[in-house]
Amino acid sequence: MSDGDGEFIDVRELTKTFTVRRKTGLLRRTATQVHAVDGISFALRRGEMVGFIGPNGAGKSTTIKMLTGILTPTDGSLRVAGVDPWQERTRLVRRIGVVFGQRTTLWWDLPLRDSYGLVRRMYRIPRARFEENLARCVELLELGDLLDVPVRQLSLGQRMRGDITAALLHDPDVLYLDEPTIGLDVVSKARVRRFLVALNAELGTTVLLTTHDLSDIEHLCKRVVVIDHGRLVYDGLLSGLHEVGRGERTLVVDLERELPPIEGIPGARTVRTEGPRQWLAFPASASAAPLVSQLAADYPLVDLSLREPAIEDVIARMYAG
Amino acid sequence: MADGTPRPRAVLGDAVWGVRAYGFIVAMWVRSTMAYRASFAMMLAANFATTFLDFAAIMIMFSQVDALGGFTLPEVAFLYGTSCVAFGLSDLLLGTAERVGRRVRDGTMDVLLTRPVPVLSQLAADRFALRRLGRIIQGSLVLGWAVLRLDLDWTPGRVALLFSMVLSGAAIFGCVFVLGGAFQFWAQDASEVQNAFTYGGTTLLQYPPTVFGKELVRGVTFVVPLAFVNWLPALRLLGRDDPLGLPGGLDFASPAVALLCCAVTGLVWRAGLRAYRSTGS
Ligand SMILES: Nc1ncnc2c1ncn2[C@@H]1O[C@H](COP(=O)(O)OP(=O)(O)OP(=O)(O)O)[C@@H](O)[C@H]1O
Ligand SMILES: [Mg+2]
Repeated sequence: MSDGDGEFIDVRELTKTFTVRRKTGLLRRTATQVHAVDGISFALRRGEMVGFIGPNGAGKSTTIKMLTGILTPTDGSLRVAGVDPWQERTRLVRRIGVVFGQRTTLWWDLPLRDSYGLVRRMYRIPRARFEENLARCVELLELGDLLDVPVRQLSLGQRMRGDITAALLHDPDVLYLDEPTIGLDVVSKARVRRFLVALNAELGTTVLLTTHDLSDIEHLCKRVVVIDHGRLVYDGLLSGLHEVGRGERTLVVDLERELPPIEGIPGARTVRTEGPRQWLAFPASASAAPLVSQLAADYPLVDLSLREPAIEDVIARMYAG
Repeated sequence: MADGTPRPRAVLGDAVWGVRAYGFIVAMWVRSTMAYRASFAMMLAANFATTFLDFAAIMIMFSQVDALGGFTLPEVAFLYGTSCVAFGLSDLLLGTAERVGRRVRDGTMDVLLTRPVPVLSQLAADRFALRRLGRIIQGSLVLGWAVLRLDLDWTPGRVALLFSMVLSGAAIFGCVFVLGGAFQFWAQDASEVQNAFTYGGTTLLQYPPTVFGKELVRGVTFVVPLAFVNWLPALRLLGRDDPLGLPGGLDFASPAVALLCCAVTGLVWRAGLRAYRSTGS
């Protein structure tokens, strides 16, 4: 089957409008339209790992539900591996894996081992392949001691690792992760991230992940797609976000002695002084080198250090703007 | 499966796969139930006992009267047994298909839709409760007793009518379960209404139609065709006329009615699922 080597996931003008009926009187009901996804377009190549971010209610989960074929789009076109997820749901789901951080895809009352047995039969995974994939996940996600525990007795972090395993046993070409690190402690998060990096690097699995933890994105994704109110606000390199989000880098300057705030350096402004130490902000898109040489020429420097803008601040500014 | 425009072969293939998937999910639940044999035995006994209370009530009535609506105790037991077994089979096999509303509310319907198995198979097989055999065993015992006491001439044709009646009855009740589930895609609290038709229906059918008003009998013949579960064919076997004076041929129509129900149910289920996938709630 050819997927077209170009776009593995191709989303064009995708729209989902929900009609919400609310009681507004004894007998009267009014229908309001919620534009959960409002004409977004983006494309993913095979093997990419992309962060899909946006504030609460931006339409991330709704988009993922359309990509998996759970929901039918109101408008626009959508192709995953060359097929329409909504039209050919049962054919496509064999090739995708989904993890919903908010709820488990496992069977609550069954031990993990039995859940995986059911997954094997549902996806008709050849026995050898299944054993191999399971062994790999069990090792990397450290699930060994948990296989015989009923899912309802697992902690959140354990369950999430169990869920990720369940989504990967059938060798999906693409993995959708909707908040896979929600509620995880630092150690579990690190483990899940390491696992995803390895998965993407070794098996070439395409990954689309949503999260509110931007350090996930910094660890995992070069590229981000940002949406807000159902509209695309950014699609590009994570590093490019700084420009769009008007991010600023900061140069921390230690001078020989206390001086009045530094002036006359083009493109930079002093944001703080503290004894002989001063903080200079300049646009993230500008290079630091000319700034530093100018400073060195004009001021008695002792030391310098450069701080990158916090991605949180950049994103927050984007959402607000 | 193409959810859009299904071709006949694809639909048949889906159905076979759906049944197979149902089978292995059920097998998993049975194995997991059997890990706790003692607890299973107790649940089974409890199910047997609570469902037998219905028949106990009938026996108590017969300690006061000799006939109910003109029917003797073995005749009523015959109706009771057939209704009970037919309902028990559908409850065992499809009883959990009504959990649509809950699934939609807690969001797990989405999870079912991410798997390559028909949603109905997953739903009906989920937490398969083998203890529901209790009702079937209990109903079969009562039915066996009735058959022994009734002194009917069991020709092959009559035996065939008995079996086709129970199986068609199970299918009709099964359709009511699935329809009840399907309606919850639109109204998530419809399960109360559906209980009236399933649990209410089986209790109704345990009594002779002659004890009810004609309007009710007409309703369960033509609107919700529960009369085809046992009343019409059973009256023929017992050599009695039905209170509505319907054409005799209808006594043999249960399999056809069951097939029709299945077709309608299939369409409604598909429509319900489609509605869910467009509204997401
Ligand atoms: N089934 C539904 N019916 C009506 N409105 C819905 C439905 N599902 C989502 N919405 C609305 O659509 C919008 C987008 O929701 P969605 O769940 O996609 O957001 P999200 O980006 O995943 O947010 P979060 O970060 O909080 O998970 C919200 O306003 C939500 O209220
Ligand atoms: Mg979400």
